[in-house]
Amino acid sequence: MTAAAPATSQVPDAGGRFGEFGRRFVPETLMQALELLTEDYAKAKADPAFQAELAALLKNYVGRPNPLYFAERLTKHCGGARIYLKREDLNHTGAHKINNALGQALLTLRMGKQRVIAETGAGQHGVATATACAHFGLNCIVYMGEEDIRRQKLNVFIMKTMGAEVRPVTSGSRTLRDAINEAMRDWMGSVENTHYIIGSVVGPHPFPLIVRDFQSVIGREARAQSLEILGRLPDEVIACVGGGSNSAGMFYPFVDDTKVALTGVEPGGRGNRPGEHASTLSYGVKGVLHGSYSYVLQDADGQTSDVHSVSAGLDYPGVGPEHSYWKDAGRVRYTPITDAEALEAFGMLSRMEGILPALESSHAIAQAMKAARERGPDEAIVVCLSGRGDKDVYEVARVLGQTI
Amino acid sequence: MSSRISATFSKLKAEQKMAFMPFITAGDPDLETTAKVIRELADRGVDLIEIGFPYSDPIADGPVIQASYTRSLGKGLQISQLFNAVRGVTQSTPNLPPLVGMVAYAIIFRVGPEVFVQQARDAGFSGLIVPDLPADEAQEMAALVKQQGLDLIQLIAPTTTRQRTQKIVETATGFIYCISIAGTTGMRDQLPIELREQLKWLKTQTDLPLAVGFGVSRPEQVEELRGLADGIIVGSAIVRLMGSITTDQTPVPDALNRIGDFAAGFVKTAHCSK
Repeated sequence: MTAAAPATSQVPDAGGRFGEFGRRFVPETLMQALELLTEDYAKAKADPAFQAELAALLKNYVGRPNPLYFAERLTKHCGGARIYLKREDLNHTGAHKINNALGQALLTLRMGKQRVIAETGAGQHGVATATACAHFGLNCIVYMGEEDIRRQKLNVFIMKTMGAEVRPVTSGSRTLRDAINEAMRDWMGSVENTHYIIGSVVGPHPFPLIVRDFQSVIGREARAQSLEILGRLPDEVIACVGGGSNSAGMFYPFVDDTKVALTGVEPGGRGNRPGEHASTLSYGVKGVLHGSYSYVLQDADGQTSDVHSVSAGLDYPGVGPEHSYWKDAGRVRYTPITDAEALEAFGMLSRMEGILPALESSHAIAQAMKAARERGPDEAIVVCLSGRGDKDVYEVARVLGQTI
Repeated sequence: MSSRISATFSKLKAEQKMAFMPFITAGDPDLETTAKVIRELADRGVDLIEIGFPYSDPIADGPVIQASYTRSLGKGLQISQLFNAVRGVTQSTPNLPPLVGMVAYAIIFRVGPEVFVQQARDAGFSGLIVPDLPADEAQEMAALVKQQGLDLIQLIAPTTTRQRTQKIVETATGFIYCISIAGTTGMRDQLPIELREQLKWLKTQTDLPLAVGFGVSRPEQVEELRGLADGIIVGSAIVRLMGSITTDQTPVPDALNRIGDFAAGFVKTAHCSK
């Protein structure tokens, strides 16, 4: 095998290939829908009216651009590089997920469909999709694992309040991966009138492309804000990776800026043994899951492994194919952060900055604190604060043995 | 060279009969019972047997088959054990109908396509169906399967365009698996009208036999398909009977009898030439 070529932003190709990764491994029943979606999305992407409508929504409804905030006390506490937070937590609905949900809801309308399905893990994508559907008057059904429903009651209530139907998924591990299976099944029988708003950069082509594009607003803004605030690009950009949507959106506009180090932070859970973590890129193998070829956590027979993370939004045994491409090309370094480190960062950012981060984002914060200590005060790190932590307070309290 | 699957369909066609192909999940409740079910179905005269390889994330399958996969994997089923069990049956049972493996590509890729196909052949399989490997990605598998003298059965869905159909029939061998309804496996009351039109058109595009699956659960449906299709595949109904061993504590001999009787009903209708 030859050494991987340097990563480029000119991916995927027409077949959905990010290097060797991506593509389509789905039942024939879905192939026609995916081909049509690919065509419809390409037209929408090239249509200035579509882009203008999305930009207006992001400005007026989501509240973009959100700030690139200098975390001064946290920086002082760490005693190294300056830490800047890209405040996706300040978006309407409190996380980056709304960027993609609105984009795909617009696409749904453009395709003349009235019914939307989605899967959700932590519930943030479910809330974002329910929100977008309420905004446009679309029917919305969200599949959610029973275990996640337990962990994320608040988001379940919000989705229902927005008029969405939340369907509990009781098969398999009862988490995000099973919710994706159920949503795919629904879509196989409903594809004529239904769009599947997938929440991460996973699944068959063109989903990894669509979600990355809609999330790239994060990196585009952060890049422009860095130039404005720092007068240059940051030295390092850090984001957490479950399926990998906030990180893909954050990293993509920096891919061709080869001097900017990119670091993806995976959920290290309780340790590196199978079943104790969800660090797909750190410990996984190449394989097929949920319709695409990427790194996966599976056993020697190709059966998907059980995963664990304190964060419901990160405990996914797969990862977006573009991340696998970046990993093999050496463009992004992926590293795990444990549950304990993430919980510590959750408390630290709250005390140091008065910002309650989502447990997902807390993984990125923990890594940023480590990285800052290893860098000098003239250097700058940009961290994607992908969401706010209100949804996590019950779970954090439970883990810490406190009651609310 | 004519494969075992082609030979089976040719013989039935000459006798103006349709093929009946039941689907079973391997390892539910255990591989010993799977071996018994294979023998029971063979005794009852089924023409081919489709054997599902349990997979943790089967998106093409409905709840009944997924539950059987979960039960089987819950007991620690491994692919090597499955192959050993099937080899045990094929080597000890004369005149078994051709066996077709239904396997997720995740499993094949992890084991290694070349190794997997060889193991499948050694176990006595005559063909493979890989439901999540669309024709666009099937070139390598098609070549490997052919090399080992097996068939790679491809699927055509109600949503498959005519253009895609032409691409699919180019690489398919053995028979074409026609999915009767857009959706997952499982029992449905009625076969859709569009299916007739699609089958008629398909006949003009390929000489391969056409077998209809997904949503077939009653012998009367065989009559509806006579003259249009060359075979029918029944899955969930039999898997449910197998599952009753675990869920309702049905004694294994009783379950085997019920499955046998169920299969015999289909065989009788499918083989009744008109």
